[in-house]
Amino acid sequence: MIEWTKAALLELQEYLRLVAATSRALVTRPYYFRDIVEQFQAIGLGSMTVVLLTGTFTGMVLALQSGITLDQFGARSMVGRLVSASMVKELGPVLTALMVTGRVGSGIAAELGSMMVTDQISALRALGTDPIRKLVLPRVLAGVIMVPVLTIIADAIGMVGAWIIALTQLKVASSVFWNSVVLGLFIQDVWMGLIKPFFLGFAIVTIACHVGLRTTGGTQGVGRATTNAVVAASVVVLGVDFLLTKLLFVLMY
Amino acid sequence: MLFRNVRPTVTERSPQLEEALGPGSPIVVFDKVCLAFDDKVILDEVSFTLIKGHTKIFLGASGAGKSTILKLILGLLKPDSGVIWVNGERIEDMTEEEMMRVRMDLGMVFQEGALFDSLTVRENVGYKLWEEMKQPLDQVNQRVEEVLGFIGLADFIDRMPSELSGGQRRRVAIARAMAAKPRILLYDEPTTGLDPITSITVDEEIIKLRDLEEISSIVVTHQLRDAFYVSDHEAVKTPRGIEFVKAGDDKRAEAEFLMLNNGKVHFEGTSDELKASTDPYLRSFLS
Repeated sequence: MIEWTKAALLELQEYLRLVAATSRALVTRPYYFRDIVEQFQAIGLGSMTVVLLTGTFTGMVLALQSGITLDQFGARSMVGRLVSASMVKELGPVLTALMVTGRVGSGIAAELGSMMVTDQISALRALGTDPIRKLVLPRVLAGVIMVPVLTIIADAIGMVGAWIIALTQLKVASSVFWNSVVLGLFIQDVWMGLIKPFFLGFAIVTIACHVGLRTTGGTQGVGRATTNAVVAASVVVLGVDFLLTKLLFVLMY
Repeated sequence: MLFRNVRPTVTERSPQLEEALGPGSPIVVFDKVCLAFDDKVILDEVSFTLIKGHTKIFLGASGAGKSTILKLILGLLKPDSGVIWVNGERIEDMTEEEMMRVRMDLGMVFQEGALFDSLTVRENVGYKLWEEMKQPLDQVNQRVEEVLGFIGLADFIDRMPSELSGGQRRRVAIARAMAAKPRILLYDEPTTGLDPITSITVDEEIIKLRDLEEISSIVVTHQLRDAFYVSDHEAVKTPRGIEFVKAGDDKRAEAEFLMLNNGKVHFEGTSDELKASTDPYLRSFLS
């Protein structure tokens, strides 16, 4: 138990050191602008398909399920209100973050892990490049900026998916649905849906970079690092989501 | 201060220091360097001096701490105690940012090459010049073509590392290490896992760089045949091109062997002294 606690504290210390070094790299030159653009493309555009599919199906299934429940109270026309509140406040940010964890978090851990075990990270340092500036900062910037953008897209496409189901399956008129969507959203909900992804994006990418850069043990180690990164980031996403929700409720509502 | 520039540059030295670091001066010095990982002692009071333009060849069994010495010179690891001088600077307490400046004058050839998978040979070799030294693209291309021509791989310039053989990867790694014209080159097991013919081509690159480019080098290996080939041959320019001939006595004296055993320096001397030694451990290693 003591060994486990020591290992966990060491891991936390190294993670915080990585975050501190990344913060320092953010405010001091040199910057690797080409890598930053590449990561925006890889993390943002690369995750678009999976986020679009997830958002659409989540919106559709939410409309279908809530439509049946609301029917029991004769409130089928309120389906838009329920879907918009759920998507914008909770499902959009969390599902997008989990999808990005699966796609981007695993990719980052595997890529950096492979570079570690083949001495490419040491080679970078030997050539005068700081791996934090070259590899970590571009990924963190892309994660922090692109996860909120992807979340907005997931929210929007989720609502469109819900509208299709409302229109075709639940026979709710378009005007009633969209009117209900607008009525169901308060400005605090929108802020909550926009603030959370910044933190979730930061958590996903920094955890994946930390796990990747601490990889040892050859190809087996790379596999282990990838699994660890996805598991740790997924759990942290759900935990941070809960804490942020609680905090934002206190601050904004 | 926000947005300050910490890009490393080669240190500007005073004329006095340049003179002190001239021919015959020490370029790498280890003084009683100790390093342990938990309870395992890796280096125990290791001391040696590399003279400018000379070669130091580290021998020893696997896990003897040979590669650790290279990582200490590069600042990738820090010693527990002792003093390390590289190119006239004490480096053992330097920060990562300060080490970046020292590394600008060092080249390292890693085991297996450690080429960047996602970059072509051209991009790998020109990486430091383009990314860190911010040289113009045409100047970078010119230097890349020059060093690839020097190691005989000019035709492979636009290949990816995965398309190269093991020997070609090592030679590209040598080209990458020498592209920025460092004064010191470090080789970590440059011929391990290569066939004898390919190993000789890699050995010849090391000799060429030492004799024609006057680069000081540290070679870590447990391949005795390659170690003796590097110490006992020299490169000479002839009208027919570069030739490798048996080294004269003066040249052979410039290549020193250092044998590590249980973290300590077990032997230090020339190839002739090593071959003549009657020490049981050395004999068992040489046999």
